[in-house]
Order: sequence, then C-alpha cells, then structure tokens
Amino acid sequence: MKPLLSRRHSEPPTWADYFMARREQARDTALERYFDVGVPTPETPIGDVPMLAMDMETTGLDEQRHAIVSIGVVPFDLKRIRLAERRYWVVRPPRPLNERSITFHHITHSEIEQAPDLDDVLDELLAAMAGRIVVVHYRHIERTFLNAAVKARRGEGIHFPVIDTMSLEARLHRQSWWARLRRWLGRPPASIRLPDSRTRYGLPPYQAHHALIDALATAELLQAQIAHRYSPETPLREVWS
Amino acid sequence: MQVELLEVRQHMAQFPPFEQLSDDLLDELAGQVEVGYFQAETDIYRHGDAVEYLHYIRSGAIDLYRRNGDLYNRLSEGDIFGQFDLLRDQRVRFPARAIEDTLIYFIPLTAFQHLCEADDNFADFVEVERPRLESTVDQQRKGHEMLVTRVRKLATRAPVMVESDATVQEAAQRMGEHSASSVLVLAAPQTSEDSHAFTHEDGQLRRMVGILTDHDLRNRVLAEGRPASTTVGELIDERPITIQSDESVYEAMLRMLRNNIHHLPVLYRRRPVGVLHLSDIVRYETNSSLYLVDNIFRQPNVEGLAAMKSDVRAAFVRMVNEDDNSQMVSSSLSSIGRAFTRRLLELAEEELGSPPVPYCFMALGSMARNEQSIVTDQDNALVLDDSFDPEQHDAYFLTLAQRVSDGLAACGYSYCKGDVMATNSRWRQPLHVWQQYFRDWIDDPSPERLLHSSIFFDLDSVYGDEAFVESLQDLVAGRASQRPRFLAAMARNALNRTPPLGFFRTFVMEKDGEQNNTINLKRRGTAPLIDLIRVHALACGSRAQNSFDRLEDINKTRLLAGHSGERIRYALEFIAMVRIRHQVIDIQEEREPDNNIEPENVSDNERHNLKDAFQVLSNAQKFLKFRYPMPSQKR
Repeated sequence: MKPLLSRRHSEPPTWADYFMARREQARDTALERYFDVGVPTPETPIGDVPMLAMDMETTGLDEQRHAIVSIGVVPFDLKRIRLAERRYWVVRPPRPLNERSITFHHITHSEIEQAPDLDDVLDELLAAMAGRIVVVHYRHIERTFLNAAVKARRGEGIHFPVIDTMSLEARLHRQSWWARLRRWLGRPPASIRLPDSRTRYGLPPYQAHHALIDALATAELLQAQIAHRYSPETPLREVWS
Repeated sequence: MQVELLEVRQHMAQFPPFEQLSDDLLDELAGQVEVGYFQAETDIYRHGDAVEYLHYIRSGAIDLYRRNGDLYNRLSEGDIFGQFDLLRDQRVRFPARAIEDTLIYFIPLTAFQHLCEADDNFADFVEVERPRLESTVDQQRKGHEMLVTRVRKLATRAPVMVESDATVQEAAQRMGEHSASSVLVLAAPQTSEDSHAFTHEDGQLRRMVGILTDHDLRNRVLAEGRPASTTVGELIDERPITIQSDESVYEAMLRMLRNNIHHLPVLYRRRPVGVLHLSDIVRYETNSSLYLVDNIFRQPNVEGLAAMKSDVRAAFVRMVNEDDNSQMVSSSLSSIGRAFTRRLLELAEEELGSPPVPYCFMALGSMARNEQSIVTDQDNALVLDDSFDPEQHDAYFLTLAQRVSDGLAACGYSYCKGDVMATNSRWRQPLHVWQQYFRDWIDDPSPERLLHSSIFFDLDSVYGDEAFVESLQDLVAGRASQRPRFLAAMARNALNRTPPLGFFRTFVMEKDGEQNNTINLKRRGTAPLIDLIRVHALACGSRAQNSFDRLEDINKTRLLAGHSGERIRYALEFIAMVRIRHQVIDIQEEREPDNNIEPENVSDNERHNLKDAFQVLSNAQKFLKFRYPMPSQKR
C-alpha cells in the first residue's frame, strides 16, 4: 500500500545541516571552530537566542571590486545589549584604494594604512560570531562581503543565518495590505532606512555611519521590533533567513 | 581596538550626576553600559525584583509606583533611578513601568561602585537615602564656583579652523563670516604616530598647530606691511597653549594670565572644540554677586546705581543656574540690597554733609532676615541718637531718607505699600522712642495692632551706629519670650495665611489679576513659614533674624518635637527654591518676575515635593495654634 503522503526524497538543507557539513569539511581551524559551535534550531524562541549585531563600512557596494574597511559588533539578546563586549576593527583593504569609491566616514587614510589585514582579525571575529545569530540592517552587505573576504583569505567561504532588521521593517511597510493600500493611494512608501525605522519605535537619533554605533543602533531596533511586532516566544524561523 | 562610544558618552555628559564627571570617567562608563528597550505600557521592574544596575533613561519616560499603586515619581530623558535600591538591599522598592517607548542604559553595579569611589560629587548625589524632599533640597545646595565649573560649559561655540597654507586674507574672511576674533590653524600630522593628531570632520588626520587672532592680523600683518597672500603658517607660533575641556574655568583664567594671552583653544583630548576668550570669563565673573557688590561701591551717582539693575538680574539667574540654594541666593541678594542702601547713604552724606547727630539706618523685613528675593520692596527706618532735636535736625534726616528711598526705587526696590520707610516721620525717631514702641507692642499687644507692626520684629542695622539697633534686638529678645499674650497675638497673625491645600491634598488655586489659576508661593508658602518660625524664635529668646538661623536656635530647645524643625527647614528651602526658579524662568522669558506659579507648569516631581512642603506648613500651623493659645481676655 502506498503511503498517503509520499516522503520527499530529501528535506531541504537546514542551517544545522550546513553547519554540520562545513564542520566536517573545513580545513581552516577558525572556521572549523565556528561551525563546530553550531546554530540554534529554527524553533528556538527568539528570547533565548544569543545574537550579535554587526555593521561594516565598505569602499563600495560590490564585493568583487570593493573591500571592508571597518567592522563593529555588539553581542546582545532581547534583554540587554552589552557594550562592554563590543568589538571594533579597522582593516586595510587588499586593493589600493580608489579615491572616488572611498565612502568610509570616520576613518582616515593613515588609520587604514596602519590597520591590519582582515586575515589578522578574522579569528577574533569568528570567535565573536560563534554560537550567535548575526543581526544586521540590510543583509546583502555583511553576508556577501564577509563570504568573499573569507574565501579570498582562507580558501573557503562562510555562510550564516542573519536576522535583517530592514527586511522585518519591509514586511510591514512594503508587503502588508496596508502598504499596498498606501501605494494604491499614491503615498510614498515608508522609509525603511535605519534612522527612519528607529524613529518609528521612539528610539533616539544616533549619528550614523560608524560601524560600531550602527551595530548598536541595529541591536536596539531589533529589541524594539520584537517588543512591538513579535514576542520573546516567536520562533527563530519567523525572523531569520 | 576599543573605540570611544561618543554617542553614549555625550548624552550622559549633559545630565547630573554625570555632567560633573571627568571625560575619562565618562568614557569608561559609556563602555560598560548595557542597553535595553521597553515598549510603552510594559513593566520594567516589579516590587522586590533584584536590582544589579543603576538606570539611566536615554529616551522615553517611566513611572515609579508605591506599593499601593500610587504614583511615586515620573522620570524622563536624562533621569536616573535605582540608586537607593542598589545601596540598600538591591531589591526594587518602587516598581517601574514604561509610559512611553523607552531606551534605558543599565550601569552595572561594579561600574556604579567605581564611580562612587572615584568621584565625591557623584557619591553625594546618589548615596544619601533620605525622604524625597530632603534629598532634593540637598542636591540644590551643591554650589559650583569657578573652581568646579568646567571649561566646556563656557566654550560652547565650535571653533573656526583653517589650514596652515591658507592665506591671511582667507583667514580674515573666515573670521568675518563667523564673527570670530580668532581661527585655529590645522596642518597634516608630521608622522603617522603624531601624538597631537586627531580625526577631522572630513575624515582626514589633522593636528592643531596654532591660533591666529585679530590682534595678530593687526600687529603682524598690517603693521609689518606683509601682503594679504602671506600664509597663516608663516605667522603662527607652533605649540599653542591650550586647555582640556574638562579643566576648570579657574585653571583657564590662570593660564591666560600667566601667558598673557586672551584666546585659549579648548580641546577634547586632541580635538579642538572651542576657543575660550578672556571676555567669556570676565562675563561669567561679572555675573557674580561679589563683583556686583564691589561695583556698586564704585558708582559715582544714583544713575550709575540704577543702571546696574540688569546686572543684578543676570547675577540672580546665574546663581540659580549654578544650583546655589535659596539661602545662598537670597543672602547674596540681601548683600546687594544692603550695598545699594549703603552707597546711597554715602552719596547723600557727601552731598548733605555729616549728620548732625549719630544715627543708624535700619533694615526691616526680608533684608533684615537676609532673605531678599528679586521681587522685593523696601522696608526701612532710622534710629537716631537720643540727643536728636526735631526742630534742628529733622530736615537733614528727612532729606537723607528721601535720597535713599528714591534711590532704592530707581534701583528696582519699589516703595513700601505700608509706608514703612524712613521717610515716614513715625519711623524716623530717636532710640528711646523706638524702645517705647517695642515695649508697647510687646506688653500690650492685640493681633490687630501687631498686624501692622510685626514687620518690625525682623530688624537689622545697615549703616551707621549699629549699637542702636543691637539694643533694640536685645530688648525684643529679652522681653518677648516673657509675654504669652504677645506670642499668642503673633501666632494668631501667623495663621492668617494658609497653605493652598484642599481637603484631599489637592492644590487650591487662586485667581490672579489676569484670571489665571495660580498659587502665590510667597503669600501661601514662604511668608507663613517665616511667620511661624519668628513666633517660635521670639518664644525662645533668639536674637537671630534669619529664618534658618532662627530654626537652629529653636532646635537647641525642646520646643519642637522630633524632626519637625528639620522638616520645616526643608519645606522653607524647597518652596523658596521653586519660587526663585520660577522667577528665573520669568526673567529668561522676558516677563516681569512675580511670586506666582501656575501648577500646570510645574513638573510632576516638583508638584509632589510642593505638596509635601505645604503639608509640613499645615502641620506646623496646627502645632502653633496649640502651643500659643489666646489667654482669656482680662479687661
């Protein structure tokens, strides 16, 4: 007798599968350690998840042509953002800087000239990320740049789940029926930039474009989003990607 | 690399008790903060929760509740809470609830303890667990002078800056655009390790190499015939003298005097944040009451004195903004009032010649108590030598009195509505007449009779032969305590004015001339408190005139039970301070200051404290009634 529901041949790979597989394959010890710590299950309530807010300043938007110049991270959970454990690195891009593409803000040429290569801080960065879900505002920068940079230096890339505060805002302001109604009425869509999103939750304005301050601002924003839209019991699968 | 958290630190640096911390302590603190977000209408703490943090409200607002659910306090941006719980048993006494979306900075216990050890002001601010009213008053008492005022408070304008290869003409243009009398000169650091380098706004590394002043443009460019194309770098002295933003104003002044310079660049670490000019310090000091009093005695005429009216207001505003307490503010104002009076008498004597007989100019009321406010009228009298002969001498003293009275009016001290002034012949009498006045008032009192003369029971000499007034003070102190009928009559008058509290401890408003609901803080607050303190002081035989001094004398006896003397002191200080602060707001908003406050303009915290203070007054009045009963009339 045939089963009523045929089991699919293979489940779609999960983050846990990916971490498991990479742990086995990794040749770089730092990456092996990172994947060895593992990843929370999709059912874990968000209130129990250790997180790491991350922001990068880069010389441009294309990870093939541009490079990372600074990284700020702050560990946090829904209750507390722990500034004492913040980390901040300025790193020297491998390619000579194209003057016109330089968009970094508070970082000077000489700071960069003296800065280490990303390779020298990567072990520390991976240690800070281990066991934590990375939280960013606009996921396409941090994930792609880090993957490219790690691949270039260690010969193997890195993927990791992120919670993207911008796409959480977009769900409400770009995809909801209310947003569609606004569009239909010809109203401009609400801005989902970091400062504008923060204002909606009563968060104070911060001076933007410093990787560490932006990471702090992102962590605060996620705390606010969960408080208003979700709950500490919300399973991780509803907010990560 | 641990970067400074400027966003966090700069916010905290604006609010007490952090505003007084050094930059280093602030940076260290900012790096240890933990952050948490609370949606409006959610609980932050419940009663009895463990507390491991001092809390700083970065944005939003919270309410603290008593156990019975009554509101205890409402706090907003820049306020702290939890310090008392931390110091006691580390359990929450007052549950906290966010009433707006709120961002809180949690300062861990270890960081809190470190601040208490490293900074006495901080420890004073948080350490003392006392009833609310008392701790509020004590915070106000912390006077700040030039020694503790930090330079960053005076240097508020961003500096104008040019590169060292700019021409002097460009520099002069920049100075003109910003109406600045100096520019700071920047250059690239000599080496990448340059210890004077800082990151400029444009992201470039720079160091400050000098300062160019309008004085240099005159003396080193024009006078020496240099062309406008001369670069700034050719003119400046390398290694300029600078000061750190958290050093004291006093230190800044010393550095200017020692180096004979008028401009002092102010740095936060290596970054220039302003330029302090000597005139900033002079302006700051000009508003001090000491300088004012000195200046009063230099005025050659009444016009000169009258022109100082605005200086007095400026000094008053500054004292209050620097958190001087009401006693400091009102005794300074009294000294200023006395100085005006004395100078007017000196000027009058210069013109009229020496007095024909010795005299003493006597202050009555608030000036005698050293409790003047910015809104005040004149109450004064002349005590003359017993050799005074009205036929021969009175013309001189009448003119003298008129000079002083008109002069005081020109300086902002309005004429006394009850005509208690030395221009009134009744209040311009030889000592023996004055002694008879006081004997009559004390020995044969009635409330009606004393109503008009109770002002004379605050008396002090201002100028002339002080012994006359001292003998009157002795007479009052020796005699009044022996006369229960006198004390009872004074007590009855002291009950005429009641605090503005309704049956349910709500405020009872009165209508002012413009039909606004207000509370007159003098009539319903300070005046009745001062009246009842005076009665007790007279009963104790105190010779003190100042209400706080009188309270000290009273507290040496057992007249008042328990802590009620202390409570009265705090209540008087608090109401006086609210009144003073509202007068400052009036002045700053260019209204004529008065004694009225509109309760809706009072912060919640202040409102609670005011009710507490009025309740103290109400209780003290009940005791007064009981302590000095009207004896049965014997006619």
